[in-house]
Amino acid sequence: MQTPVEPAIDVKVDSFELVEGTSLWKDAWRRLLKNKLAVASAIVLSIVLVAVIIGPLISPYTYDQTNPDAVYMPPSAAHWFGTDQLGRDILVRTLVGGRISLLVGAVASIVSLVIGVSYGAISGYIGGKTDEVMMRIVDILYSLPDIFLIIVLLAFFSKDLIILFAMLGAISWLTMARIVRGQVLSLKNREFVEAARSIGVSTPQIIFRHLVPNALGPVIVYTTLTIPSVMLTEAFLSFLGLGVQPPLSSWGTLVQEGVGAISVYPWHLIFPGTMMAGTLFCLNFLGDGLRDALDPQSRAD
Amino acid sequence: MNGIKQKQDPLIAVRDLKVHFQTGSVGILDKLLSQKQAKVVRAVDGVSLDIAKGETLGLVGESGCGKSTLGRALLQLVKTTSGSVKFKGTDLCKLSTEQLQQTRRYLQMVFQDPYASLNPRMSVGSIIAEPITIFESLPKEQLERRVQDLMRTVGLNPRYVKRYPHEFSGGQRQRIGIARALAVNPEFIVADEPIAALDVSIQAQILNLMSSLRKEFGLTTLFISHDLRAVRHISDRVAVMYLGKIVEIADSLEIYRRPLHPYTQALISAVPVPDPEVEKTRQRIVLVGDVPSPINPPSGCRFHTRCAYAVERCRQEEPQLLDTGGNHMAACFQVETAEKVA
Amino acid sequence: MTNPLLSVRNLQTSFYTRDGEVKAVDNISFDLEPGETLGIVGESGSGKSVTSLSIMGLIPTPPGKIKGGQVLFGGQDLLQITDEQMRKIRGKRVAMIFQDPMTSLNPFLRISRQITEISELHLNLTSKQSRTRAIEMLELVGIPDAPNRIDSYPHQFSGGMRQRVMIAMALSCDPQLLIADEPTTALDVTIQAQILELIKDLKARLGTSVILITHDLGVVAGMTDRLGVMYAGRMIEYGPTDTVFAHPAHPYTQGLLRSVPDPYEEVEELYQIPGLPPDLSALPPGCPFGPRCPEVVAKCQTQPEFVSVGTDHKSACWLNAVSTVQERKEIERD
Repeated sequence: MQTPVEPAIDVKVDSFELVEGTSLWKDAWRRLLKNKLAVASAIVLSIVLVAVIIGPLISPYTYDQTNPDAVYMPPSAAHWFGTDQLGRDILVRTLVGGRISLLVGAVASIVSLVIGVSYGAISGYIGGKTDEVMMRIVDILYSLPDIFLIIVLLAFFSKDLIILFAMLGAISWLTMARIVRGQVLSLKNREFVEAARSIGVSTPQIIFRHLVPNALGPVIVYTTLTIPSVMLTEAFLSFLGLGVQPPLSSWGTLVQEGVGAISVYPWHLIFPGTMMAGTLFCLNFLGDGLRDALDPQSRAD
Repeated sequence: MNGIKQKQDPLIAVRDLKVHFQTGSVGILDKLLSQKQAKVVRAVDGVSLDIAKGETLGLVGESGCGKSTLGRALLQLVKTTSGSVKFKGTDLCKLSTEQLQQTRRYLQMVFQDPYASLNPRMSVGSIIAEPITIFESLPKEQLERRVQDLMRTVGLNPRYVKRYPHEFSGGQRQRIGIARALAVNPEFIVADEPIAALDVSIQAQILNLMSSLRKEFGLTTLFISHDLRAVRHISDRVAVMYLGKIVEIADSLEIYRRPLHPYTQALISAVPVPDPEVEKTRQRIVLVGDVPSPINPPSGCRFHTRCAYAVERCRQEEPQLLDTGGNHMAACFQVETAEKVA
Repeated sequence: MTNPLLSVRNLQTSFYTRDGEVKAVDNISFDLEPGETLGIVGESGSGKSVTSLSIMGLIPTPPGKIKGGQVLFGGQDLLQITDEQMRKIRGKRVAMIFQDPMTSLNPFLRISRQITEISELHLNLTSKQSRTRAIEMLELVGIPDAPNRIDSYPHQFSGGMRQRVMIAMALSCDPQLLIADEPTTALDVTIQAQILELIKDLKARLGTSVILITHDLGVVAGMTDRLGVMYAGRMIEYGPTDTVFAHPAHPYTQGLLRSVPDPYEEVEELYQIPGLPPDLSALPPGCPFGPRCPEVVAKCQTQPEFVSVGTDHKSACWLNAVSTVQERKEIERD
């Protein structure tokens, strides 16, 4: 059952007070706000985001500042998360690491949004041979062993962050392109797209005004799930020593360092580990919440 | 063959129009690996008709007869295979994409499903404004006023300009679709089953709206429907389509009173009448079998497989659409011989 | 009026949605004599399908719930029996056919399997017997070459043929009552004519009682003995089909009949019922048709009773409750 509709017919007088409409986005937003887990996750994520941006600026330490007098200090008022084998403050290293990890996620999701969405939408809407060629390219890229490729490239060239970012971005848009293409294929035969063609809307406008906004639901959901998976890949590469190089830290390198000292200095692993796990959890919960909000089965359209 | 006599040049002139589709996508790999042949659906297979300025032509037929495809072909929304569609003397099939885009403002469409034909992410205001922004650059204020006027014209309260399609009922959505079609003052409108998805009590409202708009704006309309009663009511002339061909065209009262083609007769007879007295006494012509597939239409007259009067000739030859006088044309040998005898 | 086969008394079915309670069927009653055909007409949301699903015990719960009333079938209240007992009645003594034969047939199973399943379940036939019976049934509903076509899959049949298969399935256990919910809405007019003739013919031969649910007044005119008109979950008029068509008592029925275009007459403008179908989750107080009714009076703010307006003919309108001009003036003044 839908929102009650007031009879809008046969109006003689114009009582000119515009009635606000409820767009599907607003509707979804309202549903998302009802999901406590998703809202809590969003709050935690924004706190993490603010902390990693501002934290290192106001901290009395820097991430590479060593202190031979304070190695392996347990958590204390001076060092909330304790210190590592070189006496560096783990809190500030965790926050800086968070910057790198979140940045990796952000870059990957932006690439997948920009390239993946356009690529998939164009391929799906134009169809025919163009579609076939475009999708075979995706298939070929898919079939490359990406992690292996990244490892080889990082080992051969330099362990440069730019290469890492570029490679993670390059693999992250493939699935997105497929998702969007599938959406567009099912949308493009809907009458409203035909209606747009019949009133003379140009092809780029049909794609980006009529098709993409209607395909955004799954796109947003998939993005929130891309970020954690890319962060995990980065952590994995850093764990292997191929990602972020010391003294710079990322959550992956911190965990790797922490694992070595786990039995004696557990805080070295617990704090960065919890931070990373918590962020990943929150992203997944938020993704689930968004999926439920954007794709309600109950919609009686 | 085209014995249509019009006093003036028709607004729309269709000549031997064919629209064939390939079914089953045959991809590159399929082509390489096997000699798979795509099947050809002859959705529209040689249609000629004229629509005079200001006229409403009704197009009836059962599902799969090609009536929707014909409507879309007139607007060049599907690729035509051969033949011509002339709008004011210009062959639309020969226009470049660019030219066609410009011509679209004169040719608009009202769709069947008011739930699917409006972009759910756009507000009513932007849906109606969209065609205007393509063809004219109006200042924001004027554009808003124009949208509000259009809403009023189709009987919607302009207060709801910011609402979204899902906040309206089916009949109201159809009004939005009509407002969008009217937005750029088109000359020709194809209405594809505009009332089929609506409730009975709302159908009459939309029919009345369409006929009053037609008078007000001098619109020329192709009204496609499977509902004979509605078509008869709103149209000046009615064309009956069967398996990609037009089998009969006549003035709308005439076709109901004196249907000539056996298919038209069966179609009219099949419509249940909301009157128990009539229903009890009348003899219904019940056609046997289903509509054959347009992939392999029957030889000769396409209706012969279901026709009670079919003779050998109907299986061999294809009857042509002939004028029987008084603008009444039918494609049937029975009618032809009857005329000759007379 | 001896013993009606089916007697629905004060049936109330509601759905609980996020907009609150929606009274999809609100207090309706009707009887169906053996061998009779009852037509139920109404627009979408009028509750006609929910009525049939309530009789069949097929209301999805939640969100739906049958809140009250009785469905007496052969003297037994179908709302009081267990699911187990209901399963034995459903398909055997009461059968149903739906609007879209494509979605109500399982696309992965052969037709033979789907028909024999029912007769094996309810009639305890062996698989050989039930196959013979299935072929008989398919021949009965006019499927040519039934012995060969019985092993086809649903998609190998056309829409009209699928509906025939559905009818064959529904009738395979010789039910006493057949409920046909918009059986021809998805079909073309010429195919609709075939199916309607078939139902009429089978009814005459097998003596099955039929409830025919449709939005098309034309369909019920030729097919039914009795007619119920539903609006916003209520039955607003009920009577012999001929009487309802000849002397419609309720303004809604009158409006519906007038708004159908007459093909033999040229009229400038069709009669139209103004306004929109009501939103069931926000019904106006009193008569649900009030806001659209051309003859609405002050008294319509309270709900009219379902009163007798003639032999066997009932209507729910205050105007029907008055007989003289004087009385009418009185309620208009209220």
